[in-house]
Amino acid sequence: MKETEKVIVVNDLTKKFGSFTAVDQISFETRKGEIFGFLGANGAGKTTAMKMLIGISKPTSGEAIVNGFDVKTQPEKVKKTIGYMSQKFSMYDDLNIMENITFFGGIYGLSRKEIKERGEAVIEKLGLREVAKKQVGSLPLGWKQKLAFSVALLHEPKVVFLDEPTGGVDPITRRQFWEMIYAEADKGTTIFVTTHYMDEAEYCNRVSIMVEGKIEALDSPKNLKKQFDASSMDEVFQKLARNVE
Amino acid sequence: MKTIGYIIQKEFRQIFRNKAMLPIIFVMPVLQLLILSNAATFDIKNIRLLYVDHDRTSTSRALINSFDASDYFKVMDRASSHAKAYEAMENGSVDVILEIPNKFEKDLSLGNVTALGVYINAIDGAKAGVENVYVNQVVQSFSKQVQLKYLSSAGGTVMAAKVASVPAFWYNKELDYKTFMVPGILVLLVTMVTLFLSSMNIVREKETGTLEQINVTPIKKYQFIIGKLFPFWVLGLVLLTVGLLLAKLVFHVPLVGSVALLYLFTAVYLLLILGMGLLVSNYTDTQQQAMFIAWFFVVIFILLSGLFTPIESMPGWAQKITYLNPIRYFVEIIRMVMLKGSGFWDIARQLSIIAGYAFALNVITVWGYKKTR
Repeated sequence: MKETEKVIVVNDLTKKFGSFTAVDQISFETRKGEIFGFLGANGAGKTTAMKMLIGISKPTSGEAIVNGFDVKTQPEKVKKTIGYMSQKFSMYDDLNIMENITFFGGIYGLSRKEIKERGEAVIEKLGLREVAKKQVGSLPLGWKQKLAFSVALLHEPKVVFLDEPTGGVDPITRRQFWEMIYAEADKGTTIFVTTHYMDEAEYCNRVSIMVEGKIEALDSPKNLKKQFDASSMDEVFQKLARNVE
Repeated sequence: MKTIGYIIQKEFRQIFRNKAMLPIIFVMPVLQLLILSNAATFDIKNIRLLYVDHDRTSTSRALINSFDASDYFKVMDRASSHAKAYEAMENGSVDVILEIPNKFEKDLSLGNVTALGVYINAIDGAKAGVENVYVNQVVQSFSKQVQLKYLSSAGGTVMAAKVASVPAFWYNKELDYKTFMVPGILVLLVTMVTLFLSSMNIVREKETGTLEQINVTPIKKYQFIIGKLFPFWVLGLVLLTVGLLLAKLVFHVPLVGSVALLYLFTAVYLLLILGMGLLVSNYTDTQQQAMFIAWFFVVIFILLSGLFTPIESMPGWAQKITYLNPIRYFVEIIRMVMLKGSGFWDIARQLSIIAGYAFALNVITVWGYKKTR
């Protein structure tokens, strides 16, 4: 792996809340244009780990470098170069599509012209022309999620973090969502995605599985299946998660 | 600067889109100003007076007539005995009992000292105090008339001239309580609306999850706070404008001083209130918590503001607390500027205190707002 290709470099990253260790010395690297699946049961520490990588939670120890910036000492620089889409739909429900795009584009420092062009492109691509003037709170969840993903990419980040982006979304929309992810990865954007759907894990280039704050497995889905002698990612996950109990 | 502009634009869009809040912001304060200013008056009129006349002479009747002639008193009836009058007081049908002693006329004509019995229902102490003053005024003017009468009949040489004080009420000549209350209530409304709105603002974004999204952007803390403050600052000044117009047009409150000075003070004062609101917002997790804390402060601020009870009559320790109370300063200033015409140097002290406060609170707010936890 060439140095320049490493987008996220994590070494012994740890987060403790009092005596509870939520993330326990995890280490991994991701490459440019890679789709990196970040799996784990509820409470395994996925979200906490992700929050450290996007600069809104301070690591207790260890280091994480995102796009060449240290999340501990340069969190604001990290934020400039990443996109983030949270579990919760987090655009303003009482603003319409273009108003949301204007706001988020604006605070990422895009020019009026860029905002207009990229905003129009998003509306066109997602086929939202007819509802462009509607407040986004009234849109169906699937549309909202695709919109949130596009807004997270507005400022053309090098990495985008997706926290369970397809939760509660119908299978067809999920499929379309993954097509969007592939298209973006092809452009060279690194995708860091958490999910509970094991079929989605199969779509990833590489997958890590977190169990109780530790990364217990990390490889391509194909190699993981071989390693755990399983026919599907679901089986891999079951075996790993059950070992703990 | 550009970033702040985008936040301001977004905040204004949200304010004007909120169909439930918009009327609350503008219609409610207007209604409250109209209603409260008329209701919260210390003007005490129609004091119910019952008298027991043991003298039954033309002089005692003249005394009662002078009570009857006063705007403040409503002479109810004559009670046959002290016990009867007491009974009426007990069941709450009278406010004041006047008992005229036997030989009232005779004592007066001889120049003796006579004592009238005055009994006042003092469950509401402030009201009783005012009633006492009114009773004294009537009795005093009556006794002057009587003196003149006996003076002239006695040849005008016996009595020495009495010294009488003639009060001149400055700044509020008619002692109109509305003149006094309207500016104060306006202060309350401007404070309450801006404090509540700002204290619920950031916490609302916490609840909807958009704050996390904001924290992931490279936005600077001061940009975010200024962007959040500005719209409510404008709103507060608009509210002041509406209130001043109402005060002038509806209540005819005089505006002696400079309007510009009033705006200057309000502009600084609002920074303080908004900073306080955002500080509350920072340290709470739900709008409910924020609302409760904001209410807690508002109630204390109002009671210790000198609006309803004069600060001079508070105990020493309470007076000291009022120095921490922003509303106290604003009530003081708005009355000084509107009624007295105070100029910049008259209010410079209060203005600098408020400015210092505003600065300190906003520094704490920006510092206390953490994008990274």
